[in-house]
This record gives sequence, structure tokens and C-alpha cells, in this order.
Amino acid sequence: MSCATQRVLRTVTDLSGPAGTLPMSSYNNSARFNEARRVAIFGGTHGNEMSGVTLVNLWVKNSAEIQRKRVETKPFITNPKAVEKCTRYVDTDLNRAFSPENLSAPEGDDLPYEVQRAQEINRIFGPKGSPEAYDVIFDLHNTTSNMGCTLILESSKDHFNLQMMNYIKKAIAPASCLVLLNEHPLLKYSTSRSIAKHPVGLEVGPQPQGVLRSNIFEAMRVILKHALDFIELFNEGMEFPPCTVEVFWVSERIDYPRDANGNIIAMVHPNLQDCDWEPLNPGDPMFQTFDGKTIHYQGPGTVYPTFINEAAYYEKQQAFVITRRETLVASAIRKA
Amino acid sequence: MEVDKVVHLPRLSRVAVCGGTHGNELSGVYLVKELLKAKNVMKEDNDDEERPASVLMVLSNPWAVQQCRRYVNTDLNRCFTHAALSGPVSKKDPYEMIRSKELNALLGPKGSPEAVDLVCDLHNTTSNMGLCLVAYSDCDWICLHIFRYLQASTTVPTRSTMEIGPQPHGVVRSNIYTTMKHGVQHVLDWVRFYNSGTVFEGGFVDVYTTVKNMDYPRDSETGNITAAIHPQLQDRDFCPLRPEDPLFQTFSGETLRYKGKEPLYPFFINECAYYEKGIALSLARKRRVALPRIRARAEQEQQANEQGFASEEE
Repeated sequence: MSCATQRVLRTVTDLSGPAGTLPMSSYNNSARFNEARRVAIFGGTHGNEMSGVTLVNLWVKNSAEIQRKRVETKPFITNPKAVEKCTRYVDTDLNRAFSPENLSAPEGDDLPYEVQRAQEINRIFGPKGSPEAYDVIFDLHNTTSNMGCTLILESSKDHFNLQMMNYIKKAIAPASCLVLLNEHPLLKYSTSRSIAKHPVGLEVGPQPQGVLRSNIFEAMRVILKHALDFIELFNEGMEFPPCTVEVFWVSERIDYPRDANGNIIAMVHPNLQDCDWEPLNPGDPMFQTFDGKTIHYQGPGTVYPTFINEAAYYEKQQAFVITRRETLVASAIRKA
Repeated sequence: MEVDKVVHLPRLSRVAVCGGTHGNELSGVYLVKELLKAKNVMKEDNDDEERPASVLMVLSNPWAVQQCRRYVNTDLNRCFTHAALSGPVSKKDPYEMIRSKELNALLGPKGSPEAVDLVCDLHNTTSNMGLCLVAYSDCDWICLHIFRYLQASTTVPTRSTMEIGPQPHGVVRSNIYTTMKHGVQHVLDWVRFYNSGTVFEGGFVDVYTTVKNMDYPRDSETGNITAAIHPQLQDRDFCPLRPEDPLFQTFSGETLRYKGKEPLYPFFINECAYYEKGIALSLARKRRVALPRIRARAEQEQQANEQGFASEEE
């Protein structure tokens, strides 16, 4: 057996993705996936992240732009009450509400609004983990951080998603679109999109909450266009050859320095502010206290911070998240 | 106005610095919290004759600050009309209507001789307005002289309306915090110099006076906006907007142009909090205002003035 064949076979056999995504067979060195016939686009998972709210409202009214052959694409506002109030959430963060406990809890009006909503969404687009679940869900988000266009991956072994993200990155080049992978056992959370076999998060910033910026809106629109193009090509039988995808792998959450009462006592340092994805080296400035002192990063090596100064994360004790750069190999894929 | 004439104005004995009038505009919230940790009273270095001005630090809307929201029931910064401040307090009133009366008792009463002399109210905006002073009259020589002093003291672009942007609500950006901190310090320095008898030379300032507000184009049925600020207008606060310049971009990509007859200066472009007020941007005329030389009345002058008022009232 040649080295090349050995390498590809190792890649192909390592395809233990989330339940429901095991390829039917693997021959000709391609991982096989079912056609992605049912796709959803979620907006308003956070009611004040305006690009997704606006795009989904547009497409609910007129879906021509998101139609593709052989695909049913459903635009959907996940948190209508939060959208109406232009607030992140009403009772609790919907994008943390899709835990197994919440989804299996007995239904009732006494449950927080977003937990009820999660159960409803699970009925429509799931059930999570079952063969009936939607094939792909795109969940549209904005951030106050300077992250540019970011695709969020939940599994390093989802070769379908890896190939889609590779396709999108190449399609929008030279504009940049980076991939954030959150597979951390403690930091990973139960997102609305996690119901699907292939969950894809879209995060575009910087944009203040409650504000619609046309450049950010257009950027998100273009990414979705390419994502749907990929699905159409895949469903028509196109084979996508093996590829590598650079990802930023979440490894640690860093909180603001706080006093004994839990109050923030320092801000993201001006040298770090807006420097998402740039290397942070040991000794580099990290925070600045309100009276002007610098607090330095003391980690063991160079890391890549992101979600720097996201408004919604002050209450989640997160000033930024630390990632490490990795290259993943995606096997060739084609439809079964 | 005679060039050499010095206008004598009342001393500024009581000054208030207010943060958190909107609970999610965090520069002012954190700055006032920091300043409250330090002493309130501003001491003069010398002259026994000069009474020190007292500086009150106030967190205007503590409940909104606690929740990191603009307001709890209603916008506090719209609750200080005479109508809002008069009338009985009821527990059923919106929180901010109760609070404005409390603040009026603390810092006012509005329109009375007991009211503080100067209020410096700290805000942030999601618009790209740099450091802005908002004044209420183009004859408010005190405010306009403070503006001139700030302009000379800072490298951040300053305009006459303390808005410092852009900053998302709910976020504190260190550069903006620092700019606001220095801005407040400069204001208090100016007050100290003024009270000690410094003559501030006359000159000219450019002021922007609101002409009108413009809303987003909206869907007649749902009221939802149907266009966003055009990318060529976004972040161009205080740059002239001329007839036929791009104004909005619809979601289908069409450009909507400014149809006014005269060039005006846009500001508060895409301020988050103004969507609900039906304001996509405000438009102003720019004009040059001549400032006289000013100085604070001396102690004896001040007392004579007050007695004069008292006898007039009798």
C-alpha cells in the first residue's frame, strides 16, 4: 500500500462525526454524505444582532435569493420576542439553551421563554441527534469584536462542513474569512444550530448591538450565497477533493480582572483592542486598569485571541478567548 | 460686541459630573465610579479669598447601570422638562420619572439660584462623532469657552455638542475611556482657572446647530427599516452632505440620495438608540460664533449682584 493511500485511508476512517453524519460508504477515497436537502437559516438567535434579523426578515418575505436546486432552504427567526425588543434575550441566552437537559425537560409555561423556544425549534428542525434533523443550519450572528467574517465550526471531524468552509474561503478571497473551532469540552456550548447534522455559525463584526451597518450586512449576505452555492454543487454530484483548512481552535477563556465584589477593574488594553486573530505573545499588553496601569499576558506561548471585547460576554466573564492555530485535513467528499 | 470688553460671568461654585444617564454608555459609568472612589471636593492651591468649587460625581441612572441598559422604563435624558419635574411623585411612575425628580432635588431645582452652575453629562454613541460637546445655546459663553479649551488641549477631533464615539453600547473601549477621562479633567481644570480669575480671550468657534432629523425608509405595513445608511455615508459624521450624495442603500442594493437643497452636516449617523426614535441621522448647519473675552466675577461683585437681585425681587 502506498504512503499516499495509507494517508487517505487514515483520514477516511477518522470520520466519526456527530450522530447522523456517518458516511454511507467510503470508496474512491471520498467520504460519502447524504444530499443536504433541508437547510435552515437562523436569524435573531440574539435579538439585537441586526444583520441576521434583517436578512432573515427579507428572505421570509421573498426567498428567491436563497433558492437553490434540490434544496429546501428555510429562513427562520429563532427568538422573535428578543427581536421585537431588540435585546439579546428575554429570560436566558437562546444560544446556550439547547442542552440535552433543556430539550428533554417537560414542557410548561413556567419554563424560561428561551427554553420553551428551544424545545419548539427542536421539534421543527430536529430532533437533535436524530436522522430527521435538518441537514444544515446556518446561524447568523454579529459581534462587537473586530473579527471580520468568521465561520464557527463545532467539530473537527465534520468533513462536510470543513469542505464547505474551504469553498467559502476560496470564493471570497482575497477578502478574508476565518474559521473558529469550538470543540473544547468545557467551553463548548449548546447552540441553536447544534440541532442540525452540520451546524454552521456565521459571526460578522465589528457591529454594535442594535445597529445595522451596510458593509457588515453585505458581507454576511455574500458568505451565505457561497455557502448555498456549495450545497447546490454538492447535491448535483460534484466531488470536492481533499483539502486543508486552517482553523483557530478555542483553548481558553480570559476574564477581565475584577475586584473582590466582582466589578471589572481594567479594560482591554489599547494595544490588544481590535487585534482579533493577531498573535499575542508572553509579555504583550493585555489589560489597562482605569488608572492607566498595564497588565501583561503571562501565558507560556504565542496565542491568537478573538472575541476581544464582545459586549455580550461581560456577563459571561469573558474579555476574550484564546485560540491556537491548527491545520485540519478534510477528506474528499461527494454525495452518496 | 466691543473687542476689548470683558464679559463678567458668575463663578462656578458647584459643578456636577454625571455618568450613566444611559446605563449602557460605559465610559461615563466607569469614569464616575472611579472618581467616586476619590475625593469629591476640588481644592484650590492658593488664595484664601477664593472658595473652592465643589464637584459632585453622580451615577444618574443606577438601576439601568446595574442592568447595562439604556433605561429601565423611559429615557432618563428626556425626563427633565419643567412638566416632567413638576407634579407629585407616585410609586407607579416610570422609574426614570421618579429618578429625574431626585436628581432635580440634588442638583437643582432647575431654574433656581440653588441649582448647580455646571453639569457635565457623559455619554457614548455608536456614531463616529469623536469628542463632542453638546451645548444648548450659542450664547452660553461658559460652555463655548470650555469647548475652545478642550479643542486646544486634545488631539481627538472635537466638535461643539461630552459624546465620545464610536463605541458599542455595553462595551468600554480603553482609548475612548481615556479620552473621556482627560476631557473631564480638562473641564475641571478650566473651571478652576476660571474661578481663580483667569481672563479667557475671545475668538471664534464653529458650532453645528441641528436643522432636522431624518428617519430610515420604512415598510409601511411592518414599520421595519428597508434600507441602511449608505456605506459612503457611514462613519462620515460632520463631513458635508451635499444634494444628490448617497444617503441610504436599500436591501436590494439601490442607492437613495439626499434630496435637500443645501449642503448640511450629518451627525449621529447610525446611533443605535435612535432607531426607536425614528432617527437615522441628524443634520446641522455650521456657523461661526464669536466669543467675547470672559472672566469670573470677583467675590464682591458676585455678592453685590446677588443682593441686587434680592432687592429687585423685593
